[in-house]
Amino acid sequence: MSTASPLPSSDSPETGTARVKRGMAEQLKGGVIMDVVTPDQAKIAEDAGAVAVMALERVPADIRRDGGVARMSDPDMIDGIIKAVSIPVMAKSRIGHFVEAQVLQALGVDYIDESEVLTPADEVNHSDKWAFTTPFVCGATNLGEALRRIAEGAAMIRSKGEAGTGNVVEAVRHMRQIRSEIRRLTTLDDTELYAAAKELRAPYELVKEVATLGKLPVVLFSAGGVATPADAALMMQLGAEGVFVGSGIFKSGDPAKRAAAVVKATTFYDDPDVIAKVSRGLGEAMVGINCDELPESQRYANRGW
Amino acid sequence: MSATPVIGVLALQGDVREHSAALAAAGASVVPVRRVGELAGVDALVLPGGESTTMSNLAVAFGLLEPLRERIAAGMPAYGSCAGMIMLADKILDGRDDQETIGGIDMIVRRNAFGRQNDSFEAPVDLAGVDGGPVHGVFIRAPWVESVGARAEVLARVGSGPAEGRVVAVRQGPLLATSFHPELTGDHRVHRLFVEMVRSR
Repeated sequence: MSTASPLPSSDSPETGTARVKRGMAEQLKGGVIMDVVTPDQAKIAEDAGAVAVMALERVPADIRRDGGVARMSDPDMIDGIIKAVSIPVMAKSRIGHFVEAQVLQALGVDYIDESEVLTPADEVNHSDKWAFTTPFVCGATNLGEALRRIAEGAAMIRSKGEAGTGNVVEAVRHMRQIRSEIRRLTTLDDTELYAAAKELRAPYELVKEVATLGKLPVVLFSAGGVATPADAALMMQLGAEGVFVGSGIFKSGDPAKRAAAVVKATTFYDDPDVIAKVSRGLGEAMVGINCDELPESQRYANRGW
Repeated sequence: MSATPVIGVLALQGDVREHSAALAAAGASVVPVRRVGELAGVDALVLPGGESTTMSNLAVAFGLLEPLRERIAAGMPAYGSCAGMIMLADKILDGRDDQETIGGIDMIVRRNAFGRQNDSFEAPVDLAGVDGGPVHGVFIRAPWVESVGARAEVLARVGSGPAEGRVVAVRQGPLLATSFHPELTGDHRVHRLFVEMVRSR
């Protein structure tokens, strides 16, 4: 986050500030956030060294298989996961479904993912995330999308990838896109930044801030398609500050072992010897889907605008 | 100690970049530490904010825990914020059953004591040993110090609100710990205090 933002002057404790929301994501850096659908899976994730878990009813691979409308999870199920672990618990709301987000805040989740993996509730507007105490993470396929989400109050961004495919190709595409657009901004002069803001369809102030910092003003994680320790390390070497793993863990042959291996490979993302060592004997990876074969209607990354 | 001490930041997980920037601004030469060999080259160590159970897990898995304990026992200065405070506590409450700490400060620290993320807050903190008015305390799912032993000195307590009076900063010799995150504020006074502690060894 920007260290130049002014400090509040109030003497009494303030909750829900941009600093504590963005600061929470800073504490997750270098870590792995795992999708879990039961308290037992949450414990496996925590045992493996996950920095947080994402509580949801079905992992994206099952949402793809089952079809139908995918919604916020049952509050009892989220409560069960909150009780099972001591690490932060995130949960997903549908895009634009601010009442689901209100419910998640009331349940006391630590982060809300306004997620394209669920069926969108509003095809024009995302939720106004400034209205919440609980921080939000949102997906993005490019820099303009990331900055629009930040303008709406997102305190953390994840590249979207293509969830539930076990195929890292879209995660790579989106991370490269965001990072290269950031690099390009740093080469522009002040006059050109106005035109860049127009092209990006993003507020000029945020565009200027990114150009100055050389990074987003919030933490950038990768998501959508990570299935192996090497996938996680790849995303880290491409500039992700941490990794979400969805179906890749619990749709594999040995979730506990694979989860621990992905955690270690994320910390030692630049050390091929460690990645080689942890990649041995993991059993079957999730089968995966070729993204070229996905019909447009099944591409979650196209949801959100 | 040289004018520019070499200070490592434990880089298993967490807000390593913010601590590194604050230490550099406070006059230290900064290196990340993930391996036993890297620990040998530093004069002092910062334990960043992050998820303490993850740090504990990785420190054990990569054989760092005992070397860290040996360096601390041998008098290496260390500063921990939030999860780092937990790592420096001799005893913790509300941790995982298998959660290891490095230890060093004679204190009992309660993990996530202030509550979940919705309870995370900012408030001014009067910190003994730091001039120029209160520091800005950023508390994120923060721990507090339940009690301190005779050798540890309380530097700060929460000034107001529901947790008024709780201990949130402690020093014991060359070891410093805060519940809050000065690395997120752009105010480098706490890191300057630590760099001075390292220089004066």
